[in-house]
Amino acid sequence: MADIAVHAPADHGHDDHGHDDHGGGHGHHTSLGLSNNKLAMWLFLGSECLLFGGLISTYMLYRGRVAEGPTPDQVYDIPFTSVSSFVLLMSSLTMVFAVTAAKRRDQRNTRLWLIVTAILGALFVGGQVYEFTGFYREGLGFTTSLFSSSLFTLTGFHGVHVTVGIIMLMALQSIMTRNRVVGDTAEVVELVGLYWHFVDIVWIIIFTLVYLIPA
Amino acid sequence: MSTATEVHDAHAEHGDDHGEHVHPDSHYVKVAIILAILTALETSTYWIDFGPLFMPLLLTLMVIKFVLVVLVFMHLKDDGKWFNMAFWTGVGLAVACYCAALATFKFFA
Repeated sequence: MADIAVHAPADHGHDDHGHDDHGGGHGHHTSLGLSNNKLAMWLFLGSECLLFGGLISTYMLYRGRVAEGPTPDQVYDIPFTSVSSFVLLMSSLTMVFAVTAAKRRDQRNTRLWLIVTAILGALFVGGQVYEFTGFYREGLGFTTSLFSSSLFTLTGFHGVHVTVGIIMLMALQSIMTRNRVVGDTAEVVELVGLYWHFVDIVWIIIFTLVYLIPA
Repeated sequence: MSTATEVHDAHAEHGDDHGEHVHPDSHYVKVAIILAILTALETSTYWIDFGPLFMPLLLTLMVIKFVLVVLVFMHLKDDGKWFNMAFWTGVGLAVACYCAALATFKFFA
C-alpha cells in the first residue's frame, strides 16, 4: 500500500480524484484541519439528539396516560419489533461496508452496499407501517390518548428520518452511477453513513425505553 | 513537517488514502455480532424474569450498544476531538436537559 499517494488532512487543499472534484468536499477545510462538511454533519447530529430527547421525554411522561384506549402491553408485539430492530442494526453493518468500499475507491461494491442498506431500511419502514396498522386495528389512533399521540409522534418522526435516509442512499447510488458526485466520493458516502448510523442509535434507545421497559 | 510525515506514514499503514482510518470488514462483522448478541439478550428480558436486575440490565445494554455504534461504526473513536465534542455535547445536553425536565414532573419519584 506504500505506493499509493497518501495525503495528510492538511494537504487536502485540492482533490486528486479528477472527475469527482467540482470544488467541494476536501477543498473545504477549517483552520483546524477538519472537513467543514463532516463538522456540520456532527453538529447536526448533536442537535438531533435534542430533538429526539424531547420526543422520548414526552413519551416517557405520557406513556401511562392511556385514557379509554389500549395500553402499551396490549398493542406492542415485542418479537416482531425485535426482528425489525435487528434488521436496522444489520443495515448499519452494510452501511459501514459501503463506507470502507468507498475509501478503497471500490465504486462497484460501494453502490452494491448502498442498495443493500436501502433495502434493509425499506424493510424496517415497511415493518413500522405494518405495526402502525396493527395499532390502528387494536383501536389505537393518533388522538386516542396522550400515550398514543406521543408514541405515534416519536416512532413516526424516527420513521420519517429512516425514509429520508433511504432517499439519500438511493440518490447517492444514482449520482455515483452517473459519476456526478460533487467533492470527494468517500467523504460523501461517509456523511450519508453518519446520518444512517444516527437513525440506528436513536432506534436502539427507542427500542429499550419504549418497547422493552413496561409503562 | 515531522507531524505531517507521521500522519502520512500512519495512513499508509492503514492503506487509507483519505486521511482516515480504515479497518478490515471482519472488524465490523465482529462488532455487529456483539450487537446482535446484546439485542438478543435485551429481547430475552421480555420472556425471562431478571428480577431487580431488569432495569439496570436493559439500560446498560442500551448504553453499550449506543456507544459501540458511535465509536466503531461512526468511527468517532478514530475521529478528531472536535467531532467528538460536537456530538457528545449534543448527547450530554439532551440527557441533562430532559432529565431535569422529567424531574420537574416528578417522573423519577
